[in-house]
Amino acid sequence: MTPTGRVVLQGGRVVDSRGERRADVAVDDGVVVEVGEHLVGGRVIDATNCVVAPGFVDLHAHLREPGKEEAETIETGSRAGAMGGYTALVAMPNTDPPHDSVAVINFVREQGKRAGLVDVVPSGCITLGRNGEALAPMAELAAVGVRIFTDDGNGVQDELLMRHAMEYGKGLGITLAQHCEVATLTKGAVMNECQCCTSLGLPGWPSIAEELMVFRDIELARLTGARMHFLHLSTARSVELVRAAKRDGLPITAEVTPHHLALDETRLATFDTVYKVNPPLRSPADIAALRAGVIDGTIDAIATDHAPHPRRDKELSLDQAPFGMLGLETALGVALGVLQVDLTHLVRVMSINPARIAGIADRHGRDIDTGAPANLVVFDPTVAWQVAPDSLASKSRNTPYVGMTLRGKVRHTMFNGTFTVLDGAAQR
Amino acid sequence: MKHLRSIDELGHDGLVRLLNLTQHMVEVNRRPIPKVPALRGRTVVSLFFEDSTRTRLSFETAAKRLSADTMTFSVSTSSVNKGESLRDTVETITDMGVDAFVIRHKSTGTPWQISEWTTASVVNAGDGWHQHPTQALVDCFTVREALGVERFDGLTLTIVGDIKHSRVARSNISAFSMLGAKVVLVAPPTLLPPDVAHWPVEVSNRLDDVLARTDILYMLRLQSERMAQGHVPNLREYAELFGLDAKRVAKLPTRAVVMHPGPMNRGVEMLVDPSTLPNSLIHQQVSNGVAVRMAVLFDLLAGESSAANLQQVTP
Repeated sequence: MTPTGRVVLQGGRVVDSRGERRADVAVDDGVVVEVGEHLVGGRVIDATNCVVAPGFVDLHAHLREPGKEEAETIETGSRAGAMGGYTALVAMPNTDPPHDSVAVINFVREQGKRAGLVDVVPSGCITLGRNGEALAPMAELAAVGVRIFTDDGNGVQDELLMRHAMEYGKGLGITLAQHCEVATLTKGAVMNECQCCTSLGLPGWPSIAEELMVFRDIELARLTGARMHFLHLSTARSVELVRAAKRDGLPITAEVTPHHLALDETRLATFDTVYKVNPPLRSPADIAALRAGVIDGTIDAIATDHAPHPRRDKELSLDQAPFGMLGLETALGVALGVLQVDLTHLVRVMSINPARIAGIADRHGRDIDTGAPANLVVFDPTVAWQVAPDSLASKSRNTPYVGMTLRGKVRHTMFNGTFTVLDGAAQR
Repeated sequence: MKHLRSIDELGHDGLVRLLNLTQHMVEVNRRPIPKVPALRGRTVVSLFFEDSTRTRLSFETAAKRLSADTMTFSVSTSSVNKGESLRDTVETITDMGVDAFVIRHKSTGTPWQISEWTTASVVNAGDGWHQHPTQALVDCFTVREALGVERFDGLTLTIVGDIKHSRVARSNISAFSMLGAKVVLVAPPTLLPPDVAHWPVEVSNRLDDVLARTDILYMLRLQSERMAQGHVPNLREYAELFGLDAKRVAKLPTRAVVMHPGPMNRGVEMLVDPSTLPNSLIHQQVSNGVAVRMAVLFDLLAGESSAANLQQVTP
């Protein structure tokens, strides 16, 4: 990273794991060099009315490269991340080819470095080709630094194979992240199985399809001692299962997406494919339970499941259109709008906890002290703004928040001491 | 009315208007030359993503009897997958200058999606498990005609079979309820939708319990793939529990009528020869299909001049 000289973020409220305090933050040569009142010297950047926090970490971003560059590239996804206040993105493995070889892991990492906008942290596949049939070379991938393994997009259906993945992975000190979906229960399903799904004629996706696998993996984790992370939980019962498992002391973590906290199943009554997402949008009762889970710490992280799709793919019938919606650039505004939490807790679920789960807590989610890497976000938690699809940095436009007013916007993002976003504008 | 996408969107008044208009069209069809110039210069395109020769022919015959030009665009869903989005297909055809799309698709909601992408009117000829509004109009008209009543108050409609996957059932439940009928659904629990408790219907798993109080017995087709999906163990057991045989016919009140949207599975849901039934309306359902679709196309496309145009179809 090229040295940029001393920069002072002036007049903000510093929020990290220790809470909130008023302080200026001085950064030089990629690290925090001074934290305190009335700092002087260097270039002054205004942070008045803003929160200065460790940069956000997304545990769940589909960057689409390699294979589907029409939807997103590592560069455009990184830029979208920076615009959303992120300094690290865990790249999901369902690319083409998938993240099941060192070559692909290295490629993703290299493309991330070339873009230089966020830390691109590749996840590895649990199974070869994400086919659920044989283990991917987990040790080989772990040896080049992969810390989180998932077949996201697919759940590992075979119980024995999942047990083996846990046992094998335990020796490697890695975390397994499960996309919980019993596939036989969701064949052809489009929306939550609910009071209106079949009146709308849409095949229903029952909650139990998720919960059975959450339960299975909790019990397998209890048996094997493996560290498990649950991706994009969407139902009240899933939250309850994780709460009970944590009470038992199991090494389990969980995430929820902004859209599962904000939007309910009735959105699909418009037959707009932008709302087709996996897992599906659920009921108001599920939403309430998910929010409560974030507030009480059962759910450790908010993760976007940013899933870009080109226009022509979403302009298909509901049964053919792909699952997924954008999330990186709207996550903060959505989270602030729906969660009644203090800013410290928000920073915990957007940065501190996900950095720990991703195994990158040495560089991200750190307390803002002298010597810490300058991966920072500066956001105004109260400013209202409207989502305009054409102003998104993502290459795709499938955001469900078009025209909605969100509260809370990123003002500056700093990655390794360099501004990737300054005054709301991408710097590169 | 701009589109006909569902019975609920149509509403009670629209339903009655179309049923009354159908009566005029029946009269047109009885003429020596059953053709009127009402929709001359209009173009109707059938966009069928799922095969249905009967429904397509019924719509095309209706359009031709009103002197509209017709086009057929038959696509398998796979060919649309080869790079062209549904929207591209619709916009391309719209650019050719069409006034109405008649759409059949295996996915729910396509008529709503398509109406966002075209200026033409959209007629739903069946979307997924969701709606098939012209079939419900056909069925209501057929019952009105056969029983000589305009409202169905006091009548019980019993729909038997695969409710879960049936757009015919969903449309008919709405339409018959709007006209005052009580609706009873009979099916094995696996073929009932999960949200049926919120529907304005009575549900039974035993056909024999409801026959005696049925005025309109509506048999649905059971697709053999339901067996492969584990919804029913085998067709013989289904026929035994839910098929219409002579013993069950005898349990029906004398005046009760029997209906089926076709095509029939003889030996599965139909164990009797329908031609031997005293009160089968199955043939009338087919013949009324053309008149109903004429009424729909007329209502959508005759536009501002529809009152004047009505002169052209009324004797």
